Amino acid sequence: MKILISNQSELPIYAQIKEQIKEQILNGQIEAGTELPSIRKLAKELGVSVITTTRAYNDLEEEGFISSMQGKGSMVLSKENEFLKEKYLLRIEEGMGTAVETAKRIGMKEDELVNLLHKLWKE
Amino acid sequence: MMELLEVKGLTKRYKGFLLDDISFSLPKGYIMGYVGQNGAGKTTTINCINQICHANSGTIYLNGRMYKEDPIQYKEEIGFIGDESYFPKEMRISDIRSIQKTFYRSFQEAEFDQLIARFKLPEKKKISEFSRGMKVKLMFAAALSRDTKLLILDEATNGLDPVIRSEVLQILQDYISDGERSILFSTHMLEDLEQIADYIVFIDQGKIIISETKDDLLESYILIKGDYKELTTELRSRLIGLEKKEFGFEALIKSDEARNVPKGFVINKPSIDKIMVHLIRNSLEGV
Repeated sequence: MKILISNQSELPIYAQIKEQIKEQILNGQIEAGTELPSIRKLAKELGVSVITTTRAYNDLEEEGFISSMQGKGSMVLSKENEFLKEKYLLRIEEGMGTAVETAKRIGMKEDELVNLLHKLWKE
Repeated sequence: MMELLEVKGLTKRYKGFLLDDISFSLPKGYIMGYVGQNGAGKTTTINCINQICHANSGTIYLNGRMYKEDPIQYKEEIGFIGDESYFPKEMRISDIRSIQKTFYRSFQEAEFDQLIARFKLPEKKKISEFSRGMKVKLMFAAALSRDTKLLILDEATNGLDPVIRSEVLQILQDYISDGERSILFSTHMLEDLEQIADYIVFIDQGKIIISETKDDLLESYILIKGDYKELTTELRSRLIGLEKKEFGFEALIKSDEARNVPKGFVINKPSIDKIMVHLIRNSLEGV
């Protein structure tokens, strides 16, 4: 797991932590079932307040990325989890949306784009 | 019992000064920044918690107990680090070791020696020959080698170089990492607090002006700058602690009111420093 806090960021620190963990879960760098460091350990390592890391974990739990149990720490939920599946779908939709938009902008036909997708899929 | 320190209605009158009905509570496992200008009443509050001065009214609970219930235990549970060394100048580390042994039943000699080694403090020198950083580290060694529950820092990081300050911040985060101990950190080096503090209590002229989590405090205000002539009366009325300067003004505005700020004004996230400066300015305007 990698978390880099920026003081110049527009995002508050708790949101930076949340987004970076989320990103790493979604792109598979943090695998399902991984135990995350405790709230207090994370705060200490990042040099931020305990309330800040607590808020990041609470948000991640609310959004269905992790599950926290009193005294047992926090675990990354499996990809089979409904919430997460939805997140992945959303992500795919976003990516495809951008592709479609860009294709239209240069006058690409639908089947040309589909062909491109087929080609990419096989790679 | 989740609160480690509870201060209720603390009032102390001196000639020309009133610490007025101070109440706050600090849960176990967290760091509270206690901030305010010089003379705002920070040290008076701390002296009352340390039972060095007697409050006119109010109660203080440490780990669920009042001082009078068990004075020895109460003192055992507090570790204090001040802005100046409170050890006699002529002493050496060996003298401090034996004093601690005599006064505190929870003193761990081996722990103390380890800390002295870790901080590279000279065994042979007198305290009067110590640098400011060494004196602060010695106070930490003395406090951390006892079984304390509350660490109180009164301007302890003033005048320390950045390397030692960051070391101190790590020591503080270590101290609270088991979730059972807490820190009351009084300072005007607000950038230290900006990193690690969970709660901020802000006092001005003996009264609490702000008491909330640091994250909420930082999120509740936006710093706005711009040309004074471009201010509408409506926007002007929403500014907090307006400071007019030759080439533009600077003020705070509540975050939820910052959305409708017209173009031409610069808005930024404020530091705790800036929040403090403008809130004090605002309270002076009100007088």
